[in-house]
Order: sequence, then C-alpha cells, then structure tokens
Amino acid sequence: MTNDLWQMKIPAYVDGELSSDETGAMDLHLRECAMCASDALQQMRLKQSNKLAGSRFTPSAEFRRKIAAQVAAKTAPPRRSAWRWMWSPAFAAALLVIVVVSGIFVHRSFERSRSQQLLAELTDLHVANLAASNPVEVVSTDRHTVKPWFQGKLPFSFDLPELAGTPFTLLGGRLTYLDHEPGAHLIYNVGAHHVSLFVFRDQPELAQAFAEQQSSRSVLSFHVDAWSSRGLRYFVVGDANPQSIHDLSSMLEKANQ
Amino acid sequence: MPLFDSLFNFAGWLSGNSQEAEDLVQETYLKALKGFASFQPGTNFRAWIFRILRNTFLTSRSGLQATRTVPLDDESEEVPAVAVTTATPESLLLGRAGSEEIQSAMDKLPVTYREVLLLCDVEEMSYQDISETVSIPIGTVMSRLSRARRAMREALSEKPQASHRTGAKS
Repeated sequence: MTNDLWQMKIPAYVDGELSSDETGAMDLHLRECAMCASDALQQMRLKQSNKLAGSRFTPSAEFRRKIAAQVAAKTAPPRRSAWRWMWSPAFAAALLVIVVVSGIFVHRSFERSRSQQLLAELTDLHVANLAASNPVEVVSTDRHTVKPWFQGKLPFSFDLPELAGTPFTLLGGRLTYLDHEPGAHLIYNVGAHHVSLFVFRDQPELAQAFAEQQSSRSVLSFHVDAWSSRGLRYFVVGDANPQSIHDLSSMLEKANQ
Repeated sequence: MPLFDSLFNFAGWLSGNSQEAEDLVQETYLKALKGFASFQPGTNFRAWIFRILRNTFLTSRSGLQATRTVPLDDESEEVPAVAVTTATPESLLLGRAGSEEIQSAMDKLPVTYREVLLLCDVEEMSYQDISETVSIPIGTVMSRLSRARRAMREALSEKPQASHRTGAKS
C-alpha cells in the first residue's frame, strides 16, 4: 500500500471507523512511517481540541428545571382534577335521581292509564249487561243459589253477604271476562239503581294497575270501589250514591275476610 | 433527561446563542414527546433526537439564514487527505491553539461542516450515526468532515502567523 493510501485512511483511523484488522495494520504502519505517525498525531490532537472547545454551551439550572418539569408533566399519567372528583359523584347522583324519578313517573303514568282502562272496561261491562235482554244468567235473590252456580265455571270461589235487613237485593249473576280472565259478575239492586259486583283473581296485571289495597274512584259518574282480599280482586260499580256503594262493598268485604 | 446537555450544546453551536438554543431544545423535547410513537425501538435514539433538533433548527429563522450560505464544493467529490507535514511552524502552533481560537474557527465554518464536525468530534458519533442524523450518505459525511478539518487547520494556522508577524515588527 502506498503512503497516500495510508494517509487517506488516517481520518477514519482517528475517528475509530476502521475495522479491527485495518486498525491493526495502521498501528503497524504508524510505527514505521514517521510522516503518517505525525499526521495521525496532529489529527488526533485537533480532534481532542475540538472536543474540549466544542463543549461550549451549558444549559442553566433554571432551564434544566423548566424542561424537566415539562417532560414530567407530559409523561405523567393523566390526573383527574379535583373538580372531576367532586363532579362525578354529584353528576352520577343527579343522573340517578333523574332516572329514578322519571322511571317512577313513567311507571305511575302507565299504572294510572292501565287502571283507568280497566275501570272503563268494567263500567262498559256494567252498562252493557244492564242493557242486555238477559242481564244475568242465574236469576235468583238467594245467595245460596247464585254462588253455587259459579262452581265449575270459575277457578276460584267467593262468599256473598246476607242482605236481609239491608236496602240491597241480589238479582243474579253471570260469567264475565276482563283482560282475558274469567270472573263473576253479580248484580244488586239498591233503590232504583243497579250495582255490579265483579270478582276476579288478583292477577299480577290487575294488582299492578290497582296498586292500592283499597280504592274508591269515579268514572264517568259511575262510582267504583275496588279492593283485594285473599287473592281475589273485587270491584263494585254503580251509579247509586257513593255511600250505598261503600255499604255494599263493606258487606262483601266482611263476607270474604 | 436523556442527552439534555449534548442537545443544548449542539443547539448552541447551530444557532450561535444560548437563548435560541433554549428555544430549540424546548421545542425538540416537545416534538420528541409528541412523536415518540414514531420512534422505532431498537433504532438509534440519539440519532433520532438529534435529527429532530437539527430539523427544528433548519426550519427556524436563523436556520434558514444559515442554510442560505451553503458551500458550493462538490460534496460527492472525494477529498484527498492532505498530510499534515511534520514539524512545520503551522502544525506546532495548531497544537498550541487555545479553546477560544478553536471556537472562533468553528464559528467560521459553514453550518453544514460545523454540524458534522461537532457530531463526530464532540458527540463522538460514528459516521453511520451522523449519516442518520443529518440524512446524508456516509461518503458525504466523510467529505464534509475532511473539508471541515482542513478549514479548521487553515483558520488556526493563519491566526498565530499573523500575530507572530505583528510581534516581530514591534
């Protein structure tokens, strides 16, 4: 290898870029060639001087802290702010209240509309049967005749009160249906008015529509008393005065306690 | 913080003042944190973050000014190594040059030469790392280094000679 070729390799030698074989060969050459050795020495000296002089700019402690803080802030896991901690439970509670209140409101509205629908059906049954040529299928004033007539026709049994000494007269009874459920429809007379007694099994839908154990309502001038007892739901519907309706209801209720 | 001092020093050399170096370093760390997902593990982190700093400088006002005055030498041309002849007055004075003279000589270098010289001699990067940082081929790294060192030698050998002549007259 000529001296020029060795000299061309000196910068890479000084920068540590030669392979180990090339470095070894250069080491041997530099021992023998004074000119190349001097050249390499000068270049190494310049490199060292550059390193020393090149470390010229030093960051201030304040700048170092500033950047460290920024880096820490950027790399730290996201923190939930105090406001969020305060806000979240309050928001959740408010949302829960809104949902619960809305749910209750919707539920009650549904119940109310369902009970009104059933009461309307009952008054329709009351009116329709009275308008029929044969309002009752079993015609009897004797409760001991009317009650057994329902045997085998209904999946439940009920008692009828003794009406002796009262203004009420039993006219008879018939089968009826409410919301696809069979029930008893009995007709009483009080003064010039006819009053209907409906008895059904207290199905979940009825119980839901008439959540109250006992209620008294007016539907299109008809008075309706309703109650439940021992798995049965009773409705007394009529245009008689409310007191008469209540009196009949009380007698029926006592008879079935 | 990794490489904080090195990055600050490099930024200072590129921009020429500490204030702008602070801006460059701050922006570099923000960009590095923001784009850390783009860093491929196993690759050269030092080259990656120095490249961010360099690119930040090149798009800054002083960077754009500095790159307007690029040397017109053909970089693809191999620069023959010039032997530093033994025991010349220049080489002897070169060895005695102080930090201020060397810094002054570095300041005079075009930024494209200064950056490879700094990365090689101060940061002790390999040619490969410099190539990745500056995004130039290794051959260009070597030719820029050669030109930078030759310019340094010339600058350092001129100054002592001038002062020596002045001293002889008085």
